[in-house]
Amino acid sequence: MAEGAIIIAVLASAIRLATPLILAALGGVFSERSGVVNIGLEGIMIIGAFSAVLFTHITGNPWLGVVAAMIFGMLTASILAVLAINLRGNQIIAGVAINLLALSLSAFLLELIWKRSGATPSVPHALTTNPKGLEFLEKIPVLGDLFSKFTPFVYIAFILVGVTYYVLFKTPLGLRIRAVGEHPRAAETVGISVYKIRWLCVLISGLLAGLAGASLSIGTISLFREGMIAGQGFIALAAMIFGKWHPVGAMFACLFFGLTSAIQILAQTIGIDWAPEFLLMIPYVATIVALVGVVGKAVAPASDGLPYEKGEK
Amino acid sequence: MSNVIEMKEITKIFPGVVANDKVNFSLEKGEIHVLLGENGAGKTTLMNILYGLYQPTSGEIFVNGEKSAIKSPTTAIKLGIGMVHQHFMLVQPFTIAENIVLGNEPAKAGGLRIDMKTAVDNVQKISDEFGLAVDPNIKIQDISVGMQQRVEILKALYRGAEVLILDEPTAVLTPQEIDELGDILKNLTKEGKSIILITHKLKEVMSMSDRITVIRRGVVVETLKTSDTDADSLAELMVGRKVKLTSDRTEKQAGSVILSVKNLKVKDSRKLDAIKDVSFEVKAGEILAIAGVDGNGQRELVEALNGLRKIESGEVMISGIDTTHFHTKDINEIGVGHIPEDRQKRGLVMDYTLAENMILGYHKKEPFSKNGIMNYPEVHKHGKKLIAEFDIRTPSENVLAKSLSGGNQQKVIIAREFYIDPQLLIAAQPTRGLDVGSIEFVHKRLLEQRENNKAVLLISLELDEVLGLADRIAVIYQGKIVGVLDAKDATERKLGIMMAGGQLEEGVKPS
Repeated sequence: MAEGAIIIAVLASAIRLATPLILAALGGVFSERSGVVNIGLEGIMIIGAFSAVLFTHITGNPWLGVVAAMIFGMLTASILAVLAINLRGNQIIAGVAINLLALSLSAFLLELIWKRSGATPSVPHALTTNPKGLEFLEKIPVLGDLFSKFTPFVYIAFILVGVTYYVLFKTPLGLRIRAVGEHPRAAETVGISVYKIRWLCVLISGLLAGLAGASLSIGTISLFREGMIAGQGFIALAAMIFGKWHPVGAMFACLFFGLTSAIQILAQTIGIDWAPEFLLMIPYVATIVALVGVVGKAVAPASDGLPYEKGEK
Repeated sequence: MSNVIEMKEITKIFPGVVANDKVNFSLEKGEIHVLLGENGAGKTTLMNILYGLYQPTSGEIFVNGEKSAIKSPTTAIKLGIGMVHQHFMLVQPFTIAENIVLGNEPAKAGGLRIDMKTAVDNVQKISDEFGLAVDPNIKIQDISVGMQQRVEILKALYRGAEVLILDEPTAVLTPQEIDELGDILKNLTKEGKSIILITHKLKEVMSMSDRITVIRRGVVVETLKTSDTDADSLAELMVGRKVKLTSDRTEKQAGSVILSVKNLKVKDSRKLDAIKDVSFEVKAGEILAIAGVDGNGQRELVEALNGLRKIESGEVMISGIDTTHFHTKDINEIGVGHIPEDRQKRGLVMDYTLAENMILGYHKKEPFSKNGIMNYPEVHKHGKKLIAEFDIRTPSENVLAKSLSGGNQQKVIIAREFYIDPQLLIAAQPTRGLDVGSIEFVHKRLLEQRENNKAVLLISLELDEVLGLADRIAVIYQGKIVGVLDAKDATERKLGIMMAGGQLEEGVKPS
């Protein structure tokens, strides 16, 4: 293999690996900017991955699978919303509950619907290739190989980074979201409904994490397998903090994480004679080193994780 | 003159507490009306009802003569009522303009994009119109407390407020900022705005207001014209008994040196020089006050003396013992009492009971513990005794510290610190946020220490307090003692000049 081709292959792999992380991290950005910690990203991704496969299987149309992933992602997130916003429960515990629920619910439904455990069969028409209409990108010299390996989710993720940035920092809604995450009482005194804003943001985070799940199942291996999310929701959460609760920062953090994973895979394929466990560890260690050494102090929204009680005593 | 606000027979009952009991209150157009009362008298509750944060249990509110149901702050804002809260409702990382337009943002592209330029222009316009002098593009976290308050006022004006409610506006301001606020409020009434001021500070009531409504334990005691009354009678109305606003100090010869500080240098948390070469002495039977604007090194000085902050160089001697590098515990052993500036963070453990709080620092000693095991019957006995002795208003010694009012919390700290009969008492802002009755109590206790020939180091931002209590006054400015005055020679004006870093020139006549 020529060196250039290797670099392109690693980059393509890095970007594809980063895609679900970016989508989930954006969900985290929305939720936490409004003051709700969403540990449940992992569980919502499981639900998203599962429903995408299920509805692609039923309808034969993967895009309906994607829509289902987003809808069921939002439904799952609404559990967090009720517990964390209306009932003012502990947000961490509510999130953990979602993760446990998603894990067992998907295993149960797998058994119920396909009468098998472990994994679903592959679904046809999965979204694992460069989308139709964008083939011309593959003709670009050198970079063409890069684009040939992208799925629709890659484009969606990068577009959503821009959209998220615009919404949070350029629109009246974004100003209100950030105000609610920093100082909810101040927002309420100028007539902003803290509960409405937080609900909206938690639902958006559910939608995005559901989409992230779909990008892993029908966007990568065209089936659902138990344990396939494998902590990526938590990694997205770490990337979000690494990126200082900023969509663009989170995107770069996810790309960094994707790159270390890609290098680890490359190292395994070209047969570097190290223990595979050690290679698997590299992305995680790299993240820790980056978090500790490079980033410096990351400042969370001031009211992140704190339940809000309305004015009346 | 017409009434812009009329509140009739307002009653508000919280579970177990009647916060307002048939309160009548009216505000005339263009007046500054003070709502005066002790902490917990129900002033803030009444205003939160007017601002829609609470719903009254019964009673009616009329705005411009029309009966109005104020369901939420949004309704209040629509009716032209704006509130400046005691704890500012400002988002720290936002700019001034962003904070002001929040919830009411000018937008373009069909509401999809904030029009920041229009926002900044509008804010600048209102700021200029009322002479508030703020720069809309600076972030809240980078501006002074006084400026933050002006931003809050602007926020209300931007929303078209005709009535402004200010909750304890002077609690966090320096004397100069208080004067500025007074001018701003006068300006606003000239423009036709009407203002309600919630406070328990008599001096400002007298200088700023047109009318006063005194409220005590949820009931209106009286509404009167400021020109018909004076501070002493207001204090009596407010507390319900005669209060001494000035303290009696006997002439007294100071004794031997108890605390001696020489060439002290201390750094602050950011590793910048906070205390630069400071020297002073406090003698037995003397109160030395350190006066100055907040943030000029007072906190670091107190922490250094208490062994809570490392001393870079210099020497501290207490009762003849070199304590420069002593641990806090060892300093306490010598007989040093400390009333910390932040009573809720450093003075008390808020989730401990009063009895537990009252043995902190000597909890390891008999009779309160033996062989590492607490002796709770003794702890409770001690608590009960101090509660009686210091007149702490609480149902029992088993109540958590956080459920007490500020004044009673302070009494708990004083009771604990006085129990060890300290040779030296370091009192940092001992009356901050307290009401008249509690201030009187604290002052009496500090003077008692002086009478008993103990040394007291008083750190205070309140010039009245400094002038009323101290034998000598040291003024601190940017980490240096710029001068020490005998109480006899000190005036508010002289201290004010020194606190701002100015030099006293010989022959300048006070104006």
